[in-house]
Amino acid sequence: MYSFLSRHLSALTLASVALLAGCMHMSAPSNLDYSRTRSSEHGLYRAAIKPDGDSIPQGKLQKWTLHLDAASGNPVSAARVSVDGGMPQHGHGLPTKPRVTRELGNGDYLVEGMKFNMGGWWVVKFHVTSSAGADSLVFNLNL
Amino acid sequence: MRFAITAATLAAAIATTFGASFGASLRSAHRGGWTDAERAMLKSLSLASLEPLAPDPSNRFSDDTTAARLGERLFFDTRLSSNGKVSCASCHMPDKDFQDGRPLGVGVGTAGRRTMPVAGTAHSPWQFWDGRADSQWGQALGPLESPAEHGGDRVQYAHVIASEYRGAYEAVFGPLPDLRGLPERAGPVPDSARANAWSRIAPVRQEQISRMYANVGKAIAAYERTLEFTPAKFDRFVDAELTGRQHAAESAFSDDERAGLKLFIGKANCATCHNGALFTDNHFHNTGVPQATAGAQNDSGRAVGARSVVASEFNCLSRYSDAKPEQCDELRFAVTEGPELVRAFKTPSLRNVAARAPYMHSGQIASLGAVLAHYNAAAPAPAGKSELKPLHLSATELRQLEAFLRTLSSPITTSATR
Repeated sequence: MYSFLSRHLSALTLASVALLAGCMHMSAPSNLDYSRTRSSEHGLYRAAIKPDGDSIPQGKLQKWTLHLDAASGNPVSAARVSVDGGMPQHGHGLPTKPRVTRELGNGDYLVEGMKFNMGGWWVVKFHVTSSAGADSLVFNLNL
Repeated sequence: MRFAITAATLAAAIATTFGASFGASLRSAHRGGWTDAERAMLKSLSLASLEPLAPDPSNRFSDDTTAARLGERLFFDTRLSSNGKVSCASCHMPDKDFQDGRPLGVGVGTAGRRTMPVAGTAHSPWQFWDGRADSQWGQALGPLESPAEHGGDRVQYAHVIASEYRGAYEAVFGPLPDLRGLPERAGPVPDSARANAWSRIAPVRQEQISRMYANVGKAIAAYERTLEFTPAKFDRFVDAELTGRQHAAESAFSDDERAGLKLFIGKANCATCHNGALFTDNHFHNTGVPQATAGAQNDSGRAVGARSVVASEFNCLSRYSDAKPEQCDELRFAVTEGPELVRAFKTPSLRNVAARAPYMHSGQIASLGAVLAHYNAAAPAPAGKSELKPLHLSATELRQLEAFLRTLSSPITTSATR
């Protein structure tokens, strides 16, 4: 978790880090992409997260659906998916340990145990391994 | 605190103080001096935003009024202790916000931590400072068999139920098991004589007694669920402020209170963890609280509590729970290891905080002002890593924060004995 967060933090600009160090009233970097459909870091997957509703509630357990397509556009089956994340500006991880509990078919995976206990900028990372290879997806959330 | 600052002055202030990233929030400053984001935050902290209490699936008697009436009697019954002098109410005193004002709870002996208040805890997935119980009923069973608190055991309590509460118990939970031939005192407790006596009881009878014991917890929980906060001055302030009504005497904030609230939801970062209508994120944080003084053992907090709740005989997934496994998601998806758990303790509600000195999990800090000084300084943690960073608040700002915190006081109400 720490290594993931530090890697993520290293992607921030120096100016942002200076801002964080100097001021605890933290706003998220202004250039974050909050879209719920993203390509993986090395382009092996295209993924979409579908939370229960339009807005992601604070402090409540949620079930998400993660949809995975390969670069070819075909849904990915039999993927192994791990879930990670946290608040880069706070240096802590997720308050729960969510995991994929079921493959729903057609590239959909049920993710249970999602929870965000405070407002602000969160990242959720999925590490995906399938016959297409191993790659990671990072989603930004603003609660 | 109504601002009469031009847009240009604001922009200059933003640029010099914080950098451009705060522009968006400050540009929208308007009615009452609150930004849209601040107004949303005020609303979320108001008691009016508290969602109705959901049933506890692990306790099918949780909303049973007969169970609550039984639970209330049990809560105040000193016969549920080894020396006949300690009840739940000995530490959870109704006239003190259901806590005791002591650094450490005192029952048969002295407990290892500060007594926590009860009101509103039915809304939390975790109980105790370290979350080693995942329900109110599971929580209630811990102190009853703790040598330092009630000091008794489940067979002793089964006899008390059978002799003093048979009718009331059976009306809720059905027939009592046959207790004939059982020793007076026995249970899986540290005391070796009673533990040995417990080990000599047949497993089928042990389970009957443990189920009875769980039901005692479920009745107490049914009572505790009825203990709720009433609106405080803060809630009346928010109600009037957000609807644009003229403040009445009972809702008007002083300049200090208003400035303190602004700090609380702003640069003091309090509302990061103390969020929602109960001012808690129901999670666990290392905030660098010093060791309790004089011979206190190192307290690892959630690092131990997480393992304890998973292993608990009375958790949501246990045989004594009424929940289906899929209704125990807090437990199923709990973080059970990692450096963040070391010396992390549950965020307490701040409702009634001003009337609840001393503070922290072992009463280490004597006054509200000293608590604020602790957060302002953000000293390193004695173990694990503190999540705090220094706040650099002035003495005036600390005074304003304290003034705001004093607006969160209100009486506790119960519907159990109406």
